Amino acid sequence: MTGRRRIWGVLAAPGLLWLAVFFLVAFYAVVAVGMGNVTTLFEPVPHWNPLDWNVGYLQQAIEDLLPGGTSWPVFVRTVLYIGVAMALSLLIGYPVAYYAARCAGRRSGLVLLLLVVPFWISYIMRMFAWTNLLASDGYAAKALNALSIDSLFNALGLMEGSDWLGGQPITVILALVYGYVPFFILPLYASLDRLDQRLIEASRDLGASGFETFRRVILPVSMPGIVAGLVLIALPMFGDFFTADLMSGSPNTNMLGNTINGYIQGGPDKSLGAALTMLMSLFLLVFMTFYLRSARREQRERTA
Amino acid sequence: MRGGRHRGLALVTWVYIVWSIVPVLLAIRFAFNEGRSRSASQGWSLRWFTEDPNLSVLNDPTLRSALEQSLTLAAAAMLIATPLGVALALGLQRWRGRGEGTANRLTLLPLVTPELVFAVGLFLLFTTAFSFIGLGTTAQIIGHVTFSVSFVVVIVRGRLQTIGADVEEAAADLGAPPWDVLRRVVLPLLTPAIVASLLIVFALSIDDFVVSQYLASGADTTTVPMRIYAQARAAPTPALNALASLMLAVSLLALGLAYMTLRLMTRGERRTGSESALGQLATLETGGTSR
Repeated sequence: MTGRRRIWGVLAAPGLLWLAVFFLVAFYAVVAVGMGNVTTLFEPVPHWNPLDWNVGYLQQAIEDLLPGGTSWPVFVRTVLYIGVAMALSLLIGYPVAYYAARCAGRRSGLVLLLLVVPFWISYIMRMFAWTNLLASDGYAAKALNALSIDSLFNALGLMEGSDWLGGQPITVILALVYGYVPFFILPLYASLDRLDQRLIEASRDLGASGFETFRRVILPVSMPGIVAGLVLIALPMFGDFFTADLMSGSPNTNMLGNTINGYIQGGPDKSLGAALTMLMSLFLLVFMTFYLRSARREQRERTA
Repeated sequence: MRGGRHRGLALVTWVYIVWSIVPVLLAIRFAFNEGRSRSASQGWSLRWFTEDPNLSVLNDPTLRSALEQSLTLAAAAMLIATPLGVALALGLQRWRGRGEGTANRLTLLPLVTPELVFAVGLFLLFTTAFSFIGLGTTAQIIGHVTFSVSFVVVIVRGRLQTIGADVEEAAADLGAPPWDVLRRVVLPLLTPAIVASLLIVFALSIDDFVVSQYLASGADTTTVPMRIYAQARAAPTPALNALASLMLAVSLLALGLAYMTLRLMTRGERRTGSESALGQLATLETGGTSR
């Protein structure tokens, strides 16, 4: 009996050890460098012992992020871009997920397949496709400019000039939506797919109109799916630097991910980059805990 | 009224599907151009794949080595992450008692951690405490394995839940020692899940950009997504499209095979919608997340 028990520990050990070293210790390396020091050549010297921690970089990172700091405009921009991208994702994603889960009928297999495909195409490849189309002689740029969409966006203050890849906030936001909306649709699809048809029928039988049924039955029941989907796209968007790099390439559209990427990959400010990564992780930990909790609750309900 | 609403939803859905897929199809189309443009159709040829003596994927050493590096990383990650993840899933599934919750959280956390945080962590680890490993191919493989293991756990645990503990208990009651139960009962039942895991880790690794980028040590560790990122805005030739198309073909092939394996696995078990093989692939990243 004890032999039977021990076997599970033995099986789990290598995987847990791997994750402990390359996930937990790696994250601790961010803390150690962020709380560490640098050599005269600006190479980071991590302080692994908490007693030696130096809070200087963390303090600077916090000051930078506060109003008046150097990263403050970037922080505001990041939250704004991600907020708008989340709202647009909800607006596009909800009807799509709803249709795929509840109305597609005999086409549901095909629709689901077509929704899964972009999910599994490399993100970089999908952004690259748009750099082809939005180049000044690209099909999409020519079509949009022929329809005067560029003038419309100019008039609305969303765009300057007609170069779609030339540092336009609207391009970066729409690219974020394009990139992440599949990750919103699929969890929402899963929750709408499990929705009990009898609830909808009961509401209809009791005389509710289609809209009322949606507002008072379907929407509340799908709320956990909506929240899970939004959290799921917010997390990677905060760590995104490649979308802005590929679709704009201008510092005017840089997000926090670009700032961190610049510090870590670029130059002498690795410690400041590590401190900023710590702060961002702390901020995102709230979302992550929330998500993991609701995922576990859902799993428990499903197995019960 | 009802029909009308569905027509509206259907329209939104099909417009979305076209918007989400057609740009990628056009990028593939330009890979077959005869001319140098990658924003307009210019005839059909294999010039950018094989024929051009200097600039094609076959003959441009930078493009070719990117493809080779991507395949090397994917093969290695697949072969390391799958056994680690299968064993971990088996252990977690049956583990009861102290540490169970922590172990479960540690396994799920990589699925929801933004890749940038994860990549910065590994980069700093390999440039400080683990400088004996350093940056390069080994570090890249370790990174890919680390984010893949959790996916394997999710796939295998899903399968373990459907199998249930009955068969296993029966074998144990008949006197089979634990290792024999594992080898002769559980592992054969898990074969489709293991094959699907291998293929999915392969595809995850091929598609990865951030971890590969942070753990690279120079030109010969550049992968396909890194090459695309570096050159997308630099007015390259359709050879870059050809490279991207090859990568896409390889990763979708792996996923197609994974899908077929999962389908085989759920055959005879009546399941619909999100419980189907396609649904499993679809909800996989939701941690059952993104990388």
